[in-house]
Amino acid sequence: MYVAVKGGEEAILNSHKLIAEERRGDPAVPELTLTQIKEQMQIAVDRVMTEGSLYDRDLAALAIKQAQGDLVEAIFLLRAYRTTLTRFGETLPIDTAKMAVRRRISAAYKDLPGGQVLGPSYDYTHRLLDFALAAEEGAGEPQAEEAAETVAEAMPRVTEILNHEGLIEEEIALNDEEPVADLTREPMEFPADRDMRLQNLARGDEGFLLALGYSTQRGFGGNHPFAGEIRLGEVAVEFAPEELGFAIEIGEITVSECQMINQFAGSAERPPQFTRGYGLAFGHCERKTMAMALVDRALRARELDEVIEYPAQDEEFVLYHSDNVEASGFVQHLKLPHYVDFQSELQLIRSLRRRHTEETLEAAE
Amino acid sequence: MEATATQAAGPGDPAQAARRRWMSVLAKAQLTELEGAWEQLPEKPDYAWLRAPEVGMVMVRARSGGTGGQFNLGQMTVTRCALRLGSGAAGLGYVQGRSKRHAELAAVFDALMQDEERRPDLEDGVIGPLEEAQGQRRGTRSRKANATKVNFFTLVRGENA
Repeated sequence: MYVAVKGGEEAILNSHKLIAEERRGDPAVPELTLTQIKEQMQIAVDRVMTEGSLYDRDLAALAIKQAQGDLVEAIFLLRAYRTTLTRFGETLPIDTAKMAVRRRISAAYKDLPGGQVLGPSYDYTHRLLDFALAAEEGAGEPQAEEAAETVAEAMPRVTEILNHEGLIEEEIALNDEEPVADLTREPMEFPADRDMRLQNLARGDEGFLLALGYSTQRGFGGNHPFAGEIRLGEVAVEFAPEELGFAIEIGEITVSECQMINQFAGSAERPPQFTRGYGLAFGHCERKTMAMALVDRALRARELDEVIEYPAQDEEFVLYHSDNVEASGFVQHLKLPHYVDFQSELQLIRSLRRRHTEETLEAAE
Repeated sequence: MEATATQAAGPGDPAQAARRRWMSVLAKAQLTELEGAWEQLPEKPDYAWLRAPEVGMVMVRARSGGTGGQFNLGQMTVTRCALRLGSGAAGLGYVQGRSKRHAELAAVFDALMQDEERRPDLEDGVIGPLEEAQGQRRGTRSRKANATKVNFFTLVRGENA
């Protein structure tokens, strides 16, 4: 039964006013600008774009400001905004081999062509709070070093190096004419193919994927991973407008990519060889792409004839629970009035208790 | 949408390759650069909309493992428009983001570049410098990255050192 309850309009209105005041904070402190968020909270912006599944730095910055820095709320705002936009079509697949690389490391090969380029990273910091940033005058204008040369033009993928020896499974585009699964237009279906899984993981919650990836490392579906290659940089986005008939570059996006290399003992059909897990995300989201690559590999259990016994290998478990917009909505809907439901539960529990008392009394007689 | 001179051309066609290049340069230019180029045009053309600027999005595709089957990575905002100059040339703008003015200026210069008489001046005054600026920004980023490249060295020990 559903009973509409009126009232509370003024309370809601005043709650909006109160949250607006709280969001602004102390008016004596200058208000944050979107440019400041975009320039100085870049990694938060990147997470919101990735999980909001919309590449637009300005909108992500606005969402972060509006949500008072609550990134899951900001992701929700971006997803909701997305539904107001017309879709012009699909791009050509981005080519990460042609990335303008700013970071590229491999934990599998020390001396690989193109070298280990650390790029911007917190990995090699001591994780000590830097009180210089807390100083009144701020960070000033730090200057990065500039080498005389640019990074090597040719940066072969580590997976290609292994390919030469046939030691790793190849990723081949078998049929580019096949329709590509799209969760923005169709519901999830099981068994889910890799295109659907990767789309789901790409916009999945970083915390959820991090925990699942971690679980595989701790033995809940382990497959002995190596970070074959991690890249960060800019790639061109090519789109073929139908009125033009050929593809043009319409912009450039920053992406993070992780190629995870995993052990595989072989099956009836396949010789022992390394297998792959793939992570890709908008912006600088390295931890996310590593977790995604671990979970992608774990979810390939069915295809690789592995026994499915752990949560990270269970595609329904993973794919149905990875989306923080859905998860947050369902968990938080518990806050909505359930007065009538609760009244019926109350009646039920009272009648059960009455019967329990009667039965206890009867048994005692 | 009406056909343009290069539409019928096949892949590998030089006219198509040329237009592909300038449209890409215009899409990746910064709005302030395009406004500057517009300001410096000696004669500003009149134009009418074939399609007024519209903000939308495209689905960005990628490949599993970088080379495998396609999947949908996520969407990206894009603004598009089409216009026709008084001279008859049609220009198209498809640019990342939500700047209608960027799409408009990209379409104007796309149309102007189709005029073979104006093209050499525009190439030298607009497209060339924009492309060079993009190359410089890319070069600076790359040189900064290259300063973080690891130079491994091995400590040689033992009798044959």
